[in-house]
Amino acid sequence: MSFLDTVRIALRALLKNKMRAVLTIIGVVIGIAAVTTIVSIGQGAGQLVSGEFEALGTNVVLVLPGQTRRGGVRQSGAPTLTAADADAIRVECPAVLAASPIVGTSGQIIYGNENWNPKEMQGVGADHLTVRNWALDAGGFFSQTDIDSNAQVCVIGQTLIPKLFRTVNPLDETVRVNNVPFRIIGILKKKGANMVGDDQDDVVLMPHSTVRKRLNGSPLDTVHAIMVSARSTDQMSKATKEIRALMYERHEVGPNDEADFSVQDTTEIAATLAIITGTLTLMLSAIAGISLLVGGVGIMNIMLVSVTERTREIGIRMAIGARGKDILRQFLVESVVLSCIGGAIGIALGTAASMAATMLINAYKPGTEWPMVVSIPAALVAMAFAAAVGVFFGYYPARRASMLDPIDALRYE
Amino acid sequence: MALIELKDVRRVYDLGEVQVHALRSVTRNVELGEYIALIGASGSGKSTLMNTLGCLDRPTHGSYLLGGEEVVTMNRDQRAKIRNRQLGFVFQSYNLLNRTSALENVELPLMYGKKIPPRERRDRAMEMLGKVGLADRYHHHPSQLSGGQQQRVAIARALVNRPSILMGDEPTGNLDSKTSREVIELFRELNEEQKITVILVTHDQNVARNAKRVIVLRDGEVVEDTQEFSLAKAALEYDPTVS
Repeated sequence: MSFLDTVRIALRALLKNKMRAVLTIIGVVIGIAAVTTIVSIGQGAGQLVSGEFEALGTNVVLVLPGQTRRGGVRQSGAPTLTAADADAIRVECPAVLAASPIVGTSGQIIYGNENWNPKEMQGVGADHLTVRNWALDAGGFFSQTDIDSNAQVCVIGQTLIPKLFRTVNPLDETVRVNNVPFRIIGILKKKGANMVGDDQDDVVLMPHSTVRKRLNGSPLDTVHAIMVSARSTDQMSKATKEIRALMYERHEVGPNDEADFSVQDTTEIAATLAIITGTLTLMLSAIAGISLLVGGVGIMNIMLVSVTERTREIGIRMAIGARGKDILRQFLVESVVLSCIGGAIGIALGTAASMAATMLINAYKPGTEWPMVVSIPAALVAMAFAAAVGVFFGYYPARRASMLDPIDALRYE
Repeated sequence: MALIELKDVRRVYDLGEVQVHALRSVTRNVELGEYIALIGASGSGKSTLMNTLGCLDRPTHGSYLLGGEEVVTMNRDQRAKIRNRQLGFVFQSYNLLNRTSALENVELPLMYGKKIPPRERRDRAMEMLGKVGLADRYHHHPSQLSGGQQQRVAIARALVNRPSILMGDEPTGNLDSKTSREVIELFRELNEEQKITVILVTHDQNVARNAKRVIVLRDGEVVEDTQEFSLAKAALEYDPTVS
């Protein structure tokens, strides 16, 4: 019997009992829809996370001050890093592309009669844009000379423009930060929100020396952190090792001493986050898979009933020349058709559900661009899985039908 | 070479503690173009013999050559192929597929045989329906047809693959006398005009009288094989326990 005839017969057999077919399909629909939704949302989360890290610069290493011990009391965030450390890292570590010391501050920025409290106000090094893989929209960035001379210049993010300047071009305008005048020499390109929904464009960057001396009034030559970028993502671990070795040497940390700094590799965080989201997706998929299993058992149940009900039909088919494998194929195709229809509806429903979920997330968390992922391979895998469920759970009933004795089957009432 | 050669065919049902000898020993030949009625009381083994001849059942002993081929040693698929190509079945209860049109019922054996284009399949089924006088009822479902019409659809289905043997298991058992006569007439025509070998199991004396050869079975053995219906009738009515 040709495959087309087999499918036709299967469809007709299913149509004879529409209600039953629909109820059987629902089990598979729910299973496949759940799997599709969860995989799709999980992949969206994964993309969001990895997107964030790419924006941050996947090759970024953070050097943070460690804990110092003073008379047995541990103190974190102690000022142990200096701008000189940053210079040394850049010069002496071959795997390092650039390094930027970071000095945090906060305050109000005033222009004319407008004022604004930027989320981020940082003193940074001249290579900061290279490290962060950020670009300028207009103007320029401060140089090492500006840093050495504690120049009162700054570069602002896009968010500040509408807050402070209505029609004026901000370039070359002077703003006041905590009553210290700064000339705007550059405007950053838009970067958007980060993964926690923080606006990354609400930022003011200034020379770290100026911030330290003019704004923070600190007499020490210390910085809060050093942001380092490796030459490539592949060289991350090499750069991390080099930085660690260099810092041990510069800070004279002995083999038995506790380091007064720590080196954080963002790919590790990214990888960890990816593992967490991956594991979560897998776990939820497994739970969704259970409903698919239940759907499969439903198919098997119905197929067994169907085989018993149609024993006589099987006998008739055998008497006129159907071989065991013809009967096997007929019932197998029937259950695969059932599961595939369920799979197709499930994929459509699951896609719709994940779209709705994405829209909800984006609506409730403004600024977040949770990506909508409709993965064709995932849909194909789901479809193949549905078909596999049909084959797996349909095989036993079909096999049972094909093994019937034609005489017994014909006599069956 | 005869069309059918049965040599010491026995069929024993093993029911655990007891063994039932449905066929004790049957040795018989059937030639191409014969018209045979198998008669006998219930339990005489005529249905078992029929199932054996129809390749639905396999004897436990002996040899069955169909067209020179040994059937006894064949596997399930090979026997299914024989049923499809060389045999046509007609049953007492018609055994048509419900909710399936007459045409599709007749097409069915063609689907399980050699690959035939759907168009040709349909044409052949239509032609067969025409021969049994139901061309205008091709789209009717079995439930929309009378018993006689259903049996004629079943005959069309049995013949559509041009088998050499047509087998009937009480083909008139569910029919009234008028339609019964029509069906008997159809069997006779098929045998005489198309030289189809017909083997029927029957209780109906009218059917048996129409046959050219009557085989009488009792307790799993052939007790009479004759072309004279009166001899067969006598053998059938003979009661060994009375004398």
